[in-house]
Amino acid sequence: MHKLSHFVLLLLLVFGSVRVSFAALTIDITQGIDGALPIAVVPFAWTGTAPAQGATIEAPENIAAIVASDLRRSGRFAPVPTSDLLGRPSHGSEVNYTAWRTLGVDNLVVGQIKPLADGTYEVQFQLLDMFKAEQLVGYKIRSRRSNLRRTAHQISDLIYKALMGVQGAFDTHISYVTVTKNRRNEKVYRLAIADSDGYNEKIILETKSPLMSPSWSPNGLQLAYVSFSRGRPEVYVQSILTGQAKRVAAFKGINGAPSWSPDGKKLALTLSKDGNAEIYIYDLSQGTTRRVTRNSAIDTEPVWLPDASAIIFTSDRGNGPQLYQVEVNAQGATGRPKRLTFEGSYNARASVSPDGKFIAMVHRIEGSYRIAVLERATGYLRVLTESRLDESPSFAPNGSMIIYATEYKNRGVLAAVSVDGRARQRLQLSRGDVREPAWSFFKQK
Amino acid sequence: MKKQLGIVLLVGVFGLLAGCSSTTKEGDAAKNTTASADSTQGMDMGSGGMATEMHSGQADALSKRVIYFEFDSSDVTPEAREIIAAHAQNLSQNANLSVVLEGHADERGTREYNVALGENRAKAVKQLLVVQGVNTSQIQVISFGEERPAAVGHDESAWSLNRRVELLYSGS
Repeated sequence: MHKLSHFVLLLLLVFGSVRVSFAALTIDITQGIDGALPIAVVPFAWTGTAPAQGATIEAPENIAAIVASDLRRSGRFAPVPTSDLLGRPSHGSEVNYTAWRTLGVDNLVVGQIKPLADGTYEVQFQLLDMFKAEQLVGYKIRSRRSNLRRTAHQISDLIYKALMGVQGAFDTHISYVTVTKNRRNEKVYRLAIADSDGYNEKIILETKSPLMSPSWSPNGLQLAYVSFSRGRPEVYVQSILTGQAKRVAAFKGINGAPSWSPDGKKLALTLSKDGNAEIYIYDLSQGTTRRVTRNSAIDTEPVWLPDASAIIFTSDRGNGPQLYQVEVNAQGATGRPKRLTFEGSYNARASVSPDGKFIAMVHRIEGSYRIAVLERATGYLRVLTESRLDESPSFAPNGSMIIYATEYKNRGVLAAVSVDGRARQRLQLSRGDVREPAWSFFKQK
Repeated sequence: MKKQLGIVLLVGVFGLLAGCSSTTKEGDAAKNTTASADSTQGMDMGSGGMATEMHSGQADALSKRVIYFEFDSSDVTPEAREIIAAHAQNLSQNANLSVVLEGHADERGTREYNVALGENRAKAVKQLLVVQGVNTSQIQVISFGEERPAAVGHDESAWSLNRRVELLYSGS
């Protein structure tokens, strides 16, 4: 295994053209779920001899390891360690169902990677039910060398869907801000995107001024964020593919907290141009702004409900910051914001689950700032985390996990927690602080 | 409110006196000497003795350029009001000076809320400067939220230093 990764690394150094950042983040599972589904993911067989170009004698990517890691991170699965596996079947026909059942494995994943003459790969996998002794899912996926990690995440998504009944969120991205110090001891801020497991980190912006509040466009092609590069907070929209950035809000005062509307055509923003921090809707094609809140208190951190009917935001119009909801198109009395949170003296920075049923937030309890989830239908608030400076919750696009920023050993790190609070993990950068995570939407097919 | 205004005026008067003979190093304060000479004369008479007592306090207040706040609050404390009064004096007497009020918050709570909180703090200071005669064109308000802490650390000793408004002078 070590040999393999060294060999791949060597190849990368030799050929140099493939840009991969190795494990920018390390992931520690800090809390698993009792009763997670036992599953075995057998290392995929590498079939045939390698074609001439990029000649490797082993598979260029350990797909099974990526899949097992994905499934483990979800908190729903307990993959069997590779060393405990009963042989290395690569096809359903080679599987001794009774033997695997005896090992306590409910489901088995087997597969093969075949190099094709044109330099691409054919990845084949099967998900097998040990009790019914049958295949639940089986696919052949054509892939390129640079795309094999993504193929592995797609396989994880298919397995998750087959066994959990909901789409997996492994083939998605996260965005976050890193802060390191350069040789002159100046802070360097970077806006990064990465696969949902922290691999393939790409820096899309680097600056010495603070960066914050990245927000994904629904199509995953753009990020809105706040930059202080001109000495004050201003809102930019940047294309991920071209890197081209456009300043969209630079009014007097605060320009902040961008949140993309579900149709991708508008941004909800915080502006203080008319006095104090209020919520506005900015139309991206028209370039016009429309004011939504009117209050002498702080109104900020707007997020849309999935049906775009209302915006949830933070306001200190009551006693301290609390979450409120305001209808986007309401007039008069119906346009009056409705308070959503009543438990605790500090509830802020909402993230709405993709089905609109839950709101994650920063919640203060006993002097600590933790991530909590409010069930909208019942008003029930559940505190999910246990540390003291948790912030920036962001729902996975399948609603299963919430990624957030926390402090660990005096450094900013990312962490993720399942919506029921039972599974938790920490994603740690090799150096510096990492903060402001935002989970992308599903990739558009 | 009336009482408060009285105190503000009183501090203002002492401020004028101090401005006259201040020996502070800051160029801004030194420029006071000529600019405020006229207006000071009449007021000097009635409160002579006390003025000398306030002298060092006034120079002291002007040398303080950071106003600190309580947690999640943009209320200006009584001590801070004295400092702000000294700066109001300095600015209203020197129309060529301008000041940037940079609002900050500690790291607790959420970043965007803290940007708004920092702005509210800077605006609270601005309001006090304006009611004491400073022209709004001399004042610029910026908030950095929790992004530019003065002290690193994750406890009250650092946090109390980070909940602040910094007065940054410029101009000739």
